[in-house]
Amino acid sequence: MERVKKKRTFKEVLFGQRTRTAVADALIYLMLAVLGVLWVLPLVYLLYTAFRVTPNTGIINTLIPPDLQLGFGNFKKLFTETDFPIWLWNTFKIAACSCALTTIFTLATAYALSRMRFKMRKPLMNVMLILGMFPGFMSMIAVYFILKAMGLTNSHLALILVYSGGAALGYYISKGFFDTIPRSLEEAAILDGASQWTIFWRIILPLSKPIVVYTIITSFIGPWGDFIFVRVIINNTSPEKFTVALGLYRLINSDRGAFNLNFTVFCAGAGIVGVIIASLFMCVQKYYVQGVTSGSVKQ
Amino acid sequence: MDFVETPQEEQPLEQTEKRSFFSRLWKSVKGFFLRLWEKIKGLALTVWHGSLATKMSFCFMGVGQIMRKQFVKGFLYAAVEVLFILFMVFFGGSYVGKLLFSGHLGTQEETRWYDESLEQYVNKPGENSMLILLYGVVSLVVILLFVLAWAMNVKGSLANDKRLSDGKPLNNFLQDCALYLNGKFYVTLLLVPLIGLVVFTVMPLIFMILIAFTNYDYQHLPPSKLFDWVGFSNFGNLFSLAEGTGFAKVFLLILAWTLIWAFIATFSNYFLGMLLAKAINRKGIKLKKLWRTLFVLAIAVPQFVTLLLMSKILDGDGILNVILGKKGEIFWLSDTNLLSLLPRVVIIVVNMWIGIPYTILMCSGILMNIPTDMIEAAKLEGASSWQIFTQIELPYMLHVTGPYLITQFVGNINNFNIIWLLTGGGPGDNLHYGVGNSQSTDLLVTWLYRLTTDTNVQYNMASVIGIAVFVICAVVSLITYNKTKATKNEEDYQ
Repeated sequence: MERVKKKRTFKEVLFGQRTRTAVADALIYLMLAVLGVLWVLPLVYLLYTAFRVTPNTGIINTLIPPDLQLGFGNFKKLFTETDFPIWLWNTFKIAACSCALTTIFTLATAYALSRMRFKMRKPLMNVMLILGMFPGFMSMIAVYFILKAMGLTNSHLALILVYSGGAALGYYISKGFFDTIPRSLEEAAILDGASQWTIFWRIILPLSKPIVVYTIITSFIGPWGDFIFVRVIINNTSPEKFTVALGLYRLINSDRGAFNLNFTVFCAGAGIVGVIIASLFMCVQKYYVQGVTSGSVKQ
Repeated sequence: MDFVETPQEEQPLEQTEKRSFFSRLWKSVKGFFLRLWEKIKGLALTVWHGSLATKMSFCFMGVGQIMRKQFVKGFLYAAVEVLFILFMVFFGGSYVGKLLFSGHLGTQEETRWYDESLEQYVNKPGENSMLILLYGVVSLVVILLFVLAWAMNVKGSLANDKRLSDGKPLNNFLQDCALYLNGKFYVTLLLVPLIGLVVFTVMPLIFMILIAFTNYDYQHLPPSKLFDWVGFSNFGNLFSLAEGTGFAKVFLLILAWTLIWAFIATFSNYFLGMLLAKAINRKGIKLKKLWRTLFVLAIAVPQFVTLLLMSKILDGDGILNVILGKKGEIFWLSDTNLLSLLPRVVIIVVNMWIGIPYTILMCSGILMNIPTDMIEAAKLEGASSWQIFTQIELPYMLHVTGPYLITQFVGNINNFNIIWLLTGGGPGDNLHYGVGNSQSTDLLVTWLYRLTTDTNVQYNMASVIGIAVFVICAVVSLITYNKTKATKNEEDYQ
């Protein structure tokens, strides 16, 4: 009570500052509102186009044609006239398998490099740092030839292997997380006679839920967005093996007329993929912040 | 408080590091080979004085273990050696021979003649340079792995010698396995991930780096044609000004754009994102979660969707021009005036759309952790909020997020998606037209990709450019990593 009274004696100062804060707040609200709308506008346009079924109006040429009709026609077309359901299923399969492998590889590498001490540890980390600096596309052609020699091209197994094969290189963020777990936990367990396996499985992993969830979801999302490796590995002539990214990409880029013909259908498909991935990402964004701030960022 | 003082502390240390970098590199390389030689010598000597079992293991993997009744282990080792010998005899040997000792990548070109008895053209397939190089690299890696397994086998046998002379019993197979879940658990953890790394990253990289020293291009495409070693001439070509074939002019143009792009993209996203994060996290602003979600939605959707959509919106006939009433007049992504200035600016703006939300996400967490006592103190001293931002918050953020900035910069140098999906590297202009089919908004990586997928493929030059990208990233990281403390002190928090 006393403090409040004391402040009131500086009434003038307080009043001046209060208006200033209010004006600043209003400006900030205005800016956030304008920018926020700008930010989602393209996505709104995507959904709007996905629901446009008016035929032959030159889809991108008019924003609101006089004979505008909205409905689920594009979605129906997507599921009946294209292989979209198969692409969706393919992508899910590939993402699930590569997610399992990637998660195991990444966490195993990160754990070994973070919690265990052995002779080759530092050299290994340096080599991996160097490997990570080569652009990924450089080795793409060679990867293709290696897969071809293994008789694996044009198969989903090849894609799974490609997505998860180099997973060890992405160990930084998880290692940063493991680094923060106190060593005393481990020492206590060793005194109780626990083996390294027990420590990993029973003690550290249960403590690392955020980073495990983060790794699982990011590695699951990865294959949904890739269209470079899919293009190299899967033949253009076998659409039943496409993933959603490649299928939708080819829907509007396969030839010149394809764009005007299929843009609304593309938007319908992109909307579905967008909703799936966005909802996953929203779940994981909390962990993303934790992962990035504990992994690559330190004070 | 500590972060303000650290840069001064680090100054002298960093200078000495810079001066001695190359000598340290040389020392470590020399040291590595010296140690390797010492090790081989030591191993040979101990084997010479070792037991019969060790000598047998030295000659043929696993024999010594079998003599000591470690049957499972012994037979596994022996099987490895048998498989290796079979591999070398029936497959790897000839490729390694050709790769290392012939000096060429195949000499027998495909021949084609008219066979009168069959009344058609007949092909006699020649050697395939690409397969010689690829399988040669694979075989060399297999040899290396075999040598490692063999050394492990000899070492194991020596350890057994020691145990026996100490009067201890030898491990049986189950005990050995248990060791890999405890003392040597890291081997179990790393084995499969590292195999994946070797097969899908290391071998392909060695292969591609070697291609930089060959003439593997559209005029030398296997299987009908051979390609061969050309030494450093591709690297010379990268810096050559020769009309029609020299890459120097185009390379420097694209390099300049790549660096300018990476710089602007990284810092525009960083500072604008930080300002927005500050605005959202300001005391008294309501609906924080809503604002954040609005921005984050743009990055939650996969990039191939958002960027393809953008490329269509920004098309000459696209919806943006329709709204502006300038249909077919403004070419946002294909205007070539002023060195294609408009597409470049548009790319940077679109990049803000999908880049700033990441900074918002990251900064929100950190901004809230800034020690408030400093800010309170500054306020008491009468500092304005702008001063507080530039003098306290910004240095703090820069210090804390240094590594993140480096990763972003390197990531932007390699930012394939945004260029490929928005402009496809285009528009083509007169400056870039010519060698390597480069276009005006190409980054080094998209140019590399085009060199390996266009009709006139030039794998050799693509590989040289890949190496150039590596050198740039390595230099950037080396300079900046040395300046940040965050990469060291990994045990600070344990």
